[in-house]
Amino acid sequence: VPGLGRAALAIALGLVLFALLAGGYAALKGRRRLHDSARNALVAAFASVLVASAVLFGAFLADDLSLTYVADHSSRDLPARYAFAAFWGGQEGSLLLWLLVLTGMAAVAVSLNRRLVRDVLPWTVPILAGVASFFALMLVFVSSPFETQPPPADGLGLNPSLQNPYMMAHPPMLYLGYVGLTIPFAFAMAAVVSGRVDERWIAATRRWTLAAWTFLGLGILIGAKWAYEEVGWGGWYAWDPVENAALMPWLVATAFLHSVMIQEKKDMLRVWNVVLVALAFSLSLFGTFLTRSGVLNSIHSFAESPIGSWFLGFICLVAAVSIALIVWRLPLLRARTKMESLVSREAAFLYNNLFLVAFALTVLWGVAYPLVSEAVRGIASTVGPPYYDFFAIAFGLPLLFLMAIGPLVAWRRASFRSLGLSVALPGAIALACGAALLAAGAGSSVPGLVGYTLAAFVLAAIALEFVRGTRARKALGAASWPAAFGSLVSRNRRRYGGYVVHAAIALLVIGAVGVGAFQSESERRLEPGQAMDVAGYTLRYRGSTEQMAANAVELRAQVEVSRDGTSLGVLEPGKNRYIAEQQTSNEVAIRSSWAEAEDLMLIADQFNEDGSVYLKAVVNPLVGLIWGAGLVFLLGSVIAMWPDAREQRRLARRFAEPGAYARI
Amino acid sequence: VLTTALILAALLAVAAVLFVARPFLREPERTDDSLAEPDAAELERLRILEERDRALAALKELEFDHRTGKISDEDYERTVGPLRLEAAAALRALEAFAGDGGGTPEPAREEAPS
Repeated sequence: VPGLGRAALAIALGLVLFALLAGGYAALKGRRRLHDSARNALVAAFASVLVASAVLFGAFLADDLSLTYVADHSSRDLPARYAFAAFWGGQEGSLLLWLLVLTGMAAVAVSLNRRLVRDVLPWTVPILAGVASFFALMLVFVSSPFETQPPPADGLGLNPSLQNPYMMAHPPMLYLGYVGLTIPFAFAMAAVVSGRVDERWIAATRRWTLAAWTFLGLGILIGAKWAYEEVGWGGWYAWDPVENAALMPWLVATAFLHSVMIQEKKDMLRVWNVVLVALAFSLSLFGTFLTRSGVLNSIHSFAESPIGSWFLGFICLVAAVSIALIVWRLPLLRARTKMESLVSREAAFLYNNLFLVAFALTVLWGVAYPLVSEAVRGIASTVGPPYYDFFAIAFGLPLLFLMAIGPLVAWRRASFRSLGLSVALPGAIALACGAALLAAGAGSSVPGLVGYTLAAFVLAAIALEFVRGTRARKALGAASWPAAFGSLVSRNRRRYGGYVVHAAIALLVIGAVGVGAFQSESERRLEPGQAMDVAGYTLRYRGSTEQMAANAVELRAQVEVSRDGTSLGVLEPGKNRYIAEQQTSNEVAIRSSWAEAEDLMLIADQFNEDGSVYLKAVVNPLVGLIWGAGLVFLLGSVIAMWPDAREQRRLARRFAEPGAYARI
Repeated sequence: VLTTALILAALLAVAAVLFVARPFLREPERTDDSLAEPDAAELERLRILEERDRALAALKELEFDHRTGKISDEDYERTVGPLRLEAAAALRALEAFAGDGGGTPEPAREEAPS
């Protein structure tokens, strides 16, 4: 069976290379049948990669340890549900997942856009095939998941930290995001090459970009939830380079989603938009490179990694070709219109773009700093959370302010008087919230207080927009208030979906500030029967238990939790000792209070032979809002992505107009 | 097992080749093998349509924002004139284009882009 996997990957490589070369030739010479053939090759490549993936997944389910990749990432007693996590638990499986998602998305994207961007598609196919060829080449010649060996008695097992339900969702989400950004990149570059830099490539990729951005955002949040529960240090985001690797393209894609609206409304920022798309895609490649090359440990391990230098070369190639194409087409891309006023919606979007890209580049510098310092000075120096926290506050607070102002300011031009009238009510609500929080003792953290005030400003501005809009729809003849609200949202899903996403970001900020600025923590050694206090909770250690699970020994501390004399039950923090993997993992215990959106987290740092335990207790106020923000974010994204029948009819009419080209 | 794998791989390869060759198998004769490229007139028509849609969308948004109170009467008066001129210019250009043989003009629809 590994032979079938190898053959399927080799066939996929042949297909994507054909799509690259034949598709490129067809686009250059204008050959229709060859273009159709190249497009079919891209679709067939997906089927072939699907077969290879099924073979690998089947090998995990069947514990086929003759496959080196399976033996290195699984064991006979690994629960079957973690076969998915094991699939992408290593480099080869991750690359295969990249290729599977890429060919799948490419097949769907080129099939769906055959009419809308008919003259751009001939170049889109070879660009998508070019990216797929790189991954297929890696999988066939450099890092194959189908290498075989004499089967060992048992496998090395799966890293315990990956044996977590969140790890079954986190990597595919991130990959859907990373890979999804290939689609707007391919269409944008194809538009640039073909010289068709009008609005159509944006219309063709709008939902792809939104979907990729949503997956990336959810992937980051699910990864944060995993780190919160599995790593057990009490926080939710540690500015780890792997986390940052996903954050950077997300920030740039966020900037693009805003700036592309300026192009649609005002036909401006064409150059900036293709630059952002190319940057987001390059950063998604860089993210994969960071997590898969070993470069994060040291540039020496990068040199030992089989794919590191290939990846770096490919990223440089993508960047160089993108820059060359954009420079070549600058005369076509230059805007024909100008910004009318610095006080306008488009100006607010422009400022937000500057902050978002500056933040992404700051994070990039922080991630790259150890590599640069090791290359230049021979010593790897890292920048820690204080560096990132500083810039998160420096860029995040103005971004929050713009998020509140943006919806209230008109397109094109707004007078200060008009803006002042719009801002007065939400601004007053925000200031009242800030004053109330100050009076309640939240002034211990100034950035925290400012963050809360601005988050209140954002939420008030959004609520006002919904109220005013619904009232206007009702006045325009909607039968009832719910009908007016429904009509408001359905007539401009992108705007109101975007507002819901803004509300999600405000909730995330409230949660993040709660954890970051107002967290309580206590740690001490407890004998059985002893108790400790933290933020109003009393924790009494009763003793420890040990039991055998499917593939690990589970050691648990029994901790009785009470508050104001009322028992809140028993929490069981502990450790799992994995037998095959010969590793130990922290298993934190969390009590979530949904009413207060607060978590009590217990971490059993060390079990001693005398029966005592080192217990760390952390109280995270408002942390529930971070996870709740994920759901609101998803809701907003779905609203924004939902197909708009009016928009589709408008585009269909535009391209069904008389004309030789449209009739074909 | 190896033989089964080989047979399956061969079947996959044959199916892929057939699918890729399909455009040539369906149209073995090279009658019209050129890719559909819009001519200069078609591109111009698309550009004008884009301008018209952009102006109509901006007008629609301006009207709604004015109705919600986000835009003052003063700002509305100052902005609506140039926008109407833009939309009218695009519609005239579209009519002129149709008159020059570029096809029938598309009537302005109620469903302006949002």
